[in-house]
Formats: sequence, C-alpha cells, structure tokens
Amino acid sequence: MHLAYPAVLAVLLFCTGLYGVLARRNAILVLMSVELMLNAVNLNLVAFDVWLRDALHAGQALTLFTIAIAAAEIGIGLSIVLMVYRNRGTSDVDRLRDTAETPGPGDAPEALEAPEAPEGADATAAAQKAEATA
Amino acid sequence: MTLAAPAPQGFLSPTGVEIAFLLVGLVTFAAAIVTVTTKQLVHAALWLVVALGGLAVEYLLLTAEFIAWVQVLIYVGSVVVLLLFGLMLTKAPIGRSPDADSGNRWAALTVAVAAAATLVWVVVDAFRTQWIDLDAPQGTTAVTGAMLFQHWVLPFEALSVLLLAALVGAIVLSRKADEGDEADETGPEPGAKTAPGTADEEQR
Repeated sequence: MHLAYPAVLAVLLFCTGLYGVLARRNAILVLMSVELMLNAVNLNLVAFDVWLRDALHAGQALTLFTIAIAAAEIGIGLSIVLMVYRNRGTSDVDRLRDTAETPGPGDAPEALEAPEAPEGADATAAAQKAEATA
Repeated sequence: MTLAAPAPQGFLSPTGVEIAFLLVGLVTFAAAIVTVTTKQLVHAALWLVVALGGLAVEYLLLTAEFIAWVQVLIYVGSVVVLLLFGLMLTKAPIGRSPDADSGNRWAALTVAVAAAATLVWVVVDAFRTQWIDLDAPQGTTAVTGAMLFQHWVLPFEALSVLLLAALVGAIVLSRKADEGDEADETGPEPGAKTAPGTADEEQR
C-alpha cells in the first residue's frame, strides 16, 4: 500500500479536528474534536509502525498508550465540564470569560480600546448573572 | 521497508487493499466533517462513532488487528458513551441548536484549510515513493502481547497507575461538594448521578 494514503488521511482528520476545536462552542463538542485529532495521530503511528517493521513495535505500543490516555482525558475533561455546568449553568466556552482581559481603570481610554469596553462590561454582566443562577 | 517501487506498484494500478482503504477513508473523513459541522449535538456524537469505526477498519487493513479491536472497545464502546452521558447531563438541546458554532468559524476554517494544504503537500512530497509491505501481518494479538509484556512492561504499569489516578480524580471532581457550604445549591439535579456514571464508564 502506498504510504501516502494513511498519511494523507491522518492529516485530513487532524485538520478536521483542528477546525472543530477552534469553531465549536459547546465544550463537549470541543472534546469530540480533540478525540478526532488524537485518532489521526494514532493512525499515523500505526501506519509508520507497519511501514518501518519496528522490532519493538514502538508505534503500536504508543498507540495503545495513547488510547488509554485519551480515555483518561475524556473522563477528567467531562467531569470538569460537568462541574462547570453545575456551577455556571452553561457549558459554552464562549461565555466562560471570567479571566478575559478587560481594559482596567489604569489604562488610558485610547481610541483603539473604545470598542472593546462594551464587550468587557457585557462579559462581566454575563458572569455575574451566571454566578447568580449558580 | 523502502521497497524500490517495483513495476506493479503505482497510482494508476491500485491494489484491492488500497481501494478499500481509500473508500473507507472517504467515509471516515466525511463522518468527521459531519461531526464537526452538524448543528445537532447528539448527531455529532453518533457520527463520531462512524468516524472511529472507520478508523478501526483502517487499522485492520494495515494489519494492526489488536489495535483495531481496542479501538472498537474503548472508543466506540466507552468514549462515545461517555460523551453521550456528558451531553445528557449538561442538558444539551435535542434538535438543532443554532449557536453550536462560535463566531470565529471562518477564522477556524481558514486555519484548518491552510494547515491541511501545507501538511498534505509536505506529506505527499516526502512519502511519494514509499510503499508499505502488507504481506506479513505486523500487529497480530500474539505479537502485540509479546512486545507489550516483554519490552513495554514498565510504561504499561505506569499507565495503569495513571488510569487509577484519573478514576479517582473524576470521582472527586464530579462529586457534589460537602453539605455545609452549599445550602443554596440549586444546580441541575442530574449532577448527583455524575459520580457513579463516570466511575462505571471509567472502569471499562
């Protein structure tokens, strides 16, 4: 089999997952996209292990370890998402903006930062509302 | 390895394995695309099953038999079920949710397409003349077990400790806090079921 087939498929799956991580808003959908990226790496590991005919089969061993670590990661990640949902009432990564940078009082009100001020105030209001509902 | 590209190997005369790999790869890629673009959250998890199952078939075609079954057992059997549990516990809307994608979708699309174009170009350019010899199976269960328990015992044991730590961590994180400081806890009730659900899934 041509080596380019699995390699190109892995690249395409990885970039699909990359798009999902960047574009999705629900935290669980972001976790799904992370799983896609991990699986693309697994496919690369298996393909190159078979190609190289490694005596230790390092590629397949690493694939097994990656699968186990991905299972642990999804468990921890989901419990974190559930805790955030329980405390905030949302699992929307766009709304979790407590650590977002807002223009502080010491900053000079420059013309460039003027459009960001309403957004920061909006985020603060949303955070307070979320805490009130929690 | 590194066969010198004999005559019967070429893009214009693909073998049966290559055709099967290509078809299953197309299905897998399409399912992955639907997973990251669909607006129905539960459907995304179900299409993820198709993508991961397609990858298991690809492992079988690459003669990595044990990895394929582990993929089916852990990913399709357990990870997707965990994701569905998570969707249910966070009260994901059934049906179309118009705000599934965030506003920076076009920036994400640009980044992903640029990365895909660059990586495909590099990979195709690098491995244009390399061929995988699939005559001797590389990943039968006997071979995998021997190499795992001869050469990789120590990482294997460390991994079991990591799984135990993840299990304990998931239980601690998803347990409700102590009764004293949450008299006014009005969070969603399904949170109470989180700990047993997560623990059961984690132990698979």
